[in-house]
Amino acid sequence: MAPDRKSIRVDLQLIADMIEPHSRVLDVGCGDGTLLDYLVNFRHVDGRGIELSSEGVKASISAGLSVIQGDADTDLKDYPDDAFDYVVLSQTLQAMVQPKVVLSNLLRISHRAIVSFPNFAHWRARLSLFFLGRMPVSTTLPHEWYETPNIHLCTIRDFVALCRQLDITIEAQKILDARGRVRHVGNGLFSANLFGEQAVFLLRKKD
Amino acid sequence: MTVPKSHPNGPSIAATGTQSLPGHHVRLGVEKPLKLDCGLEIADFPIAYQTYGELNADKSNAIFVCHALTGDQYLAEPHPVTGKEGWWDLMVGPGKTIDTERYFVICPNILGGCMGTFGPKEINSESGKPWGLNFPVITICDMVRCQVLLLDHLGIDKLFAVTGGSMGGMQVLEWASKYPKRLFAAIPIAAAAHHTAQNIAFHEVGRQAIMADPDWCEGDYLNQGKNPTKGLAVARMAAHITYLSDQSLHRKFGRRLQDRDALSYGFDAEFQVESYLRHQGITFVDRFDANSYLYITRAMDYFDLAANHDGNLADAFKDTPVRFCVISFTGDWLYPTEENRRIVHALNSVAANVSFAEVESDKGHDAFLLDEPEFHRLLKGFLDCAGKNKADAGNE
Repeated sequence: MAPDRKSIRVDLQLIADMIEPHSRVLDVGCGDGTLLDYLVNFRHVDGRGIELSSEGVKASISAGLSVIQGDADTDLKDYPDDAFDYVVLSQTLQAMVQPKVVLSNLLRISHRAIVSFPNFAHWRARLSLFFLGRMPVSTTLPHEWYETPNIHLCTIRDFVALCRQLDITIEAQKILDARGRVRHVGNGLFSANLFGEQAVFLLRKKD
Repeated sequence: MTVPKSHPNGPSIAATGTQSLPGHHVRLGVEKPLKLDCGLEIADFPIAYQTYGELNADKSNAIFVCHALTGDQYLAEPHPVTGKEGWWDLMVGPGKTIDTERYFVICPNILGGCMGTFGPKEINSESGKPWGLNFPVITICDMVRCQVLLLDHLGIDKLFAVTGGSMGGMQVLEWASKYPKRLFAAIPIAAAAHHTAQNIAFHEVGRQAIMADPDWCEGDYLNQGKNPTKGLAVARMAAHITYLSDQSLHRKFGRRLQDRDALSYGFDAEFQVESYLRHQGITFVDRFDANSYLYITRAMDYFDLAANHDGNLADAFKDTPVRFCVISFTGDWLYPTEENRRIVHALNSVAANVSFAEVESDKGHDAFLLDEPEFHRLLKGFLDCAGKNKADAGNE
C-alpha cells in the first residue's frame, strides 16, 4: 500500500519533512500506518508504531509495518532511554489521559519528538465560543462535546508553556490554517495562536 | 529435579524407537549426546518429522512449526491414526496462509511425544522395555535443543520463521531467546512466557486423573498390557474445557439435551456438552500416550523464560535481531492477551522489532487452530512483508 508522495495529508507531509532519512522512528498513535508506511518507503527509516484500535493495528501489520496494539498512556514507559531518533505523536496528544507524562516519556525514549495537535485558540474556535456560546466543531475537531475522544485540548500558547515547564527546546514550529495550508506567521505566538488551526512542533531535550 | 532411578550416574541414555509411522525419521545425538536441563544426557534418539513444500536452493524459505501439547508432526495431512485432517490444515498448504508453494515447512514431533520421537513409550534398548517413568524429565528448552539438532541435520543455517500456538509458542520464544541467529522471524501465537499458577493447577488435575487410574500401574502400564484410558480421557476432558470459551460452549451446546427430550434423572451424558467432552476424551486416548501427557504438561509447568535471567524477561531478548509478531485472541483465557502483552513489553524494553495484535474471537484458546480470517490475514501480511524485508536486507 505504498502511498505516492501526493497521497499523504499536508500535516503528515510536514512531519515527514522533519525526519532525517535512515533514522529510527516510533509513530505513537499511528492509525492505519499511512505516515509510517511513507517514512519506511521514502525515508528508509527503521519504523515502529503503537496504535490503540485493532483495525489500525491489523491494517498496519498486514502492510508489513512493525506495529503493536497498545496505549501511549501506559506502554511508552517500557521503552528504554534514547531508543529512537524521532518519536511522532500526530493528532493524539489531546486524547491522552496524561499528556504531560506522555510528553516527558517521548523525549526520554527519543532524541527528538514531533508533536501535532489541533489548536483550540484558532479564531474560529474562539468565535464559536464567544458568539455562539457553543463548543467548536470543525474539520480538525469534528466531534460533538459528548462523543469526543479529545479530553485534553490545548492552545499553542498552552503547549509552549508546558514545553518550557518540562525544559523542552522547540526546534521548529509549523502552523496550518483552516484550509490545511502551511501559514507563515513569523515568530510571535499571537498570530500563530490565532490563525493556526493545527500546529506541528519539533522538540528536543534541553542540552 | 527427578532423575530416572535406573540411570543415576549413566553418562547417556541410549534409546531406540519404532519407525512404523509415515513421514521422516532420523536419529540424533549419535556423535555427541545431548545434555538435558535435568542434567542427564540422551544419545542416538529418534525424531520423527514431516515436511511440506520444497527447500529452495539457498535454503532461505524454511518455516519451522512447533506443535502444541497434544499436536504432532501431521499438521497438513490426514492423521495416520485418527484419519482426521491435519491440525493446521487450514493454515498450511498450497496457496494457504503458510503457502507451501513458497515455503518449506518443517514440523517435528516434540521430545517426550508419542508419534515417533523419543518419549516415554519408546523402547529402552538396555532393558528392552518402554522407558515409562524412567524417561528423563524434560523441558521446553530440551525440546528446542532437539529441534536445533534436526535443523543441523537438515543443513539449514537460518530459518525464515519459527511459529506455533500455545506450547508451540513457548518453543518459539525459546528459539528466539536461545538461538536468535538461527531464525529471521518469530511468531508466537496465543502463548505465554511462563506458566501461571492457574495453568499449573489445571495440568495437575489432568496428571492426577491419569495417576488415579489403576491401569496407570505407576507408569508401567505398557509392560503390564494395560492403558489408563479412563484417566487420560478425564485429563483431556478437563483440558479441553480450558481450550474453549464460555461463549463458544454456550453457542455449540447451550443446555441442550443429548438424544432425549426430557431429563432422565440419572448420570448418563444427558447434556450435549457432556456427550461432546466424553467423545473428546475417548478419541484422544487412541492417539496419545498417558506418560507422554505427564511429561509434556510437566515441561510446560516448568517453563519460565525469565527465570534464567534473574526474573527479568527483557534480558531473554537482549540485542535480539529477530523480528517478532505476537498474536493473542480476545476470548483466550488460558494464555490471555495480558500474558502475550508481557512478552511485547519485554521486547519493547530492549527496543526489539515487534508487532503485536489481539484478534477478536470468542472461540477461546483454540482460536489459533480455527478458521479466523482476521488472524490468517494478519499472519499472511506479516510473512509476505517479512519475506520482502529479508530480501531487501540481503541485497544491501
